[in-house]
Amino acid sequence: MTPTLPNIVLAPVSGAVPAWRAEADAAHWRAACEHVAQAGGRLAALWASDERARGTGYRVCALLVVHEGLVCLELRVPQDAPVYPDLAALFPAAGRMQRAAFDLVGVRALRPEGDVPDPRPWLRHGAWPEDAFPLRRDFEAAGTFPTELDRYRFVKVEGEGVHEIPVGPVHAGTIEPGHFRFSIVGEKLLRLEERLGYKHKGIEKRFTALSLEDGARLAGRISGDSTVAYAWAYAMALEGITGAQPSARALGLRALLLERERVANHLGDLGYLGNDCALAFGFAQFWRMKEDLLRANQALFGHRYLMDRIVPGGVRCDVDAAGAKRLVGEALRLKDELRAMRSIYYNHAGLQDRCITTGRLTPRNAARLGVVGLAARASGHAMDARAHPGFAPYDRFSPKVASHRNGDVAARIVVRFEEAFESLRLQRVILEQLADGPRQVPLGAAPEGAFGLGWVEGWRGEVIVALEAGADGRTRRCHPHDPSWQNWPALEHAVIGNIVPDFPLINKSFNLSYSGQDL
Amino acid sequence: MYRLLKQIAKVGIVTEAAPAPDASLRAIAQRLDDVVLKHFGRALAIRHVDAGSCNGCELEIHALNSPYYNLEGLGIKFVASPRHADLLLVTGPVARNMEEALRRTYDATPEPKLVVAIGDCGCDGGVFGESYASRGRVANVIPVDVAVPGCPPSPAAILQGILTAVDACRAG
Repeated sequence: MTPTLPNIVLAPVSGAVPAWRAEADAAHWRAACEHVAQAGGRLAALWASDERARGTGYRVCALLVVHEGLVCLELRVPQDAPVYPDLAALFPAAGRMQRAAFDLVGVRALRPEGDVPDPRPWLRHGAWPEDAFPLRRDFEAAGTFPTELDRYRFVKVEGEGVHEIPVGPVHAGTIEPGHFRFSIVGEKLLRLEERLGYKHKGIEKRFTALSLEDGARLAGRISGDSTVAYAWAYAMALEGITGAQPSARALGLRALLLERERVANHLGDLGYLGNDCALAFGFAQFWRMKEDLLRANQALFGHRYLMDRIVPGGVRCDVDAAGAKRLVGEALRLKDELRAMRSIYYNHAGLQDRCITTGRLTPRNAARLGVVGLAARASGHAMDARAHPGFAPYDRFSPKVASHRNGDVAARIVVRFEEAFESLRLQRVILEQLADGPRQVPLGAAPEGAFGLGWVEGWRGEVIVALEAGADGRTRRCHPHDPSWQNWPALEHAVIGNIVPDFPLINKSFNLSYSGQDL
Repeated sequence: MYRLLKQIAKVGIVTEAAPAPDASLRAIAQRLDDVVLKHFGRALAIRHVDAGSCNGCELEIHALNSPYYNLEGLGIKFVASPRHADLLLVTGPVARNMEEALRRTYDATPEPKLVVAIGDCGCDGGVFGESYASRGRVANVIPVDVAVPGCPPSPAAILQGILTAVDACRAG
């Protein structure tokens, strides 16, 4: 059923998920976004593109989630006045996305009063000048500039006894780079301000140099821990563009791989969460289980993390009867091991003491900030794209959505355990119901200007790919969107009032991607 | 406590033998003399630096800390500061936004020091290559002793690269 928005005529976007798009002028664009915000919808992603070659200036796309599915609202931004209405007042998550859109395309969000909500750069750290915009078509991808000194203005907290701890970009463990600025009194955290973008490596520009098919390999390397989710979302978008319909077998195998990625990551996180509470036993046990699972991936699918196994049109792997038997056996064994570990974790006084009430993200803040995925489910919002709106083949399996009200580290541990159990169940059901069919189908032509969307619930949250075809099978624009965009700002709220030594534990309980949001 | 001990006893020891060094992974000839290597070979402190990876290589570095690879039994330890390190384990193409941080981390590491570049991106820029935002391979920014290809390289391959850098033969 088509959603209704005031003064907007929506056209369907063909593909595996329910989606619509429309172009609107600035006033109607802003009003439609406001309508969605008031109706309980949320902002999934925001990006900009250079359309000057078409004579239409620039374009800003707001991708919204409404009850019926996705709505992509497009706004033409004039070339001589590249400004558009700010959405951060409606959706706080838009703030960083708007700053990134300015850094890359040079379009500015303005508040009704005419000022810029936050003029600081986000992805630009001085590697390119303020007046150069990498995603404009006349910007040379290979062009380099002398590095400017990056003088980022952090917000200063003042008062008696307040001091700062700067951390990063190189962290003390095996962690991705980013900068955290803590303002503290004693050991209590008053404020955390994140500075990300250190891993910006020009992924969106790189897509425009690749063919639509070659883009799949790059999509699988936007955030390595979610390679299956990205590869599927990219394939979904390209299949929508070309009208290709993967076989039921290929879809079943995709879901099998996605659930294996979910279990692998949850096992790793549960191990590290124990480790961060000085329970090294938990780390050793969970990482042994994870290693067994990765080795089974290598043996059966040819890659430990399943990179490049999902390709546009289908999959590049298969499971025979012996493989299926091995996987079912593994799932049953893991279920028993997880039960034993859950009992130890839930009854371990030291661990529970560290995790209960620590790093609390309230359901209200989660909703206000538009938090998604695992973190949202642990804060009372049982959203999961596999269950609603559901996409093939999950519509046949009715996945159970785990959730919790407390929003603390302990709740995020509970949700991980519950999701791992459900994921192991789903793997068995998928294997039982695996239909016959070709692994891969031909893609068909990609008309220039055709637009596709992919929407997949990865282990961390929803992974979205918006893709537009260029001439001769090339990529005109690809915007991959990581759930970490929405969830990083929530971490800043979850740590307030906690003690500094609990930060690593809280951070790990969210386990967000730097690479996925730095692009 | 009983359940915890029961689990430990049930699982037992899963550690496997370490791989032998592989001279073909060397990017440049050994720079360190035998006396230094003798010490590094018995107690090696590693600082990991992610210079812009997709985080795939980090997954395998984490996996290297699993009980299957008894790193500390080999005298290898990951440390929290470059000032404590003998060897830098660098992943990723070097993002231009990380170039300065990588250089400073290298400078903060005391001599004598070694650098092992991890993954296809660390070896040649990988799928990201060189661009306005990426400097490509690690050797474009700091000297690299050993480069381990793979996307991502397995934990055993990473361990082999580390052991190659210190010319250590510790099979078994």
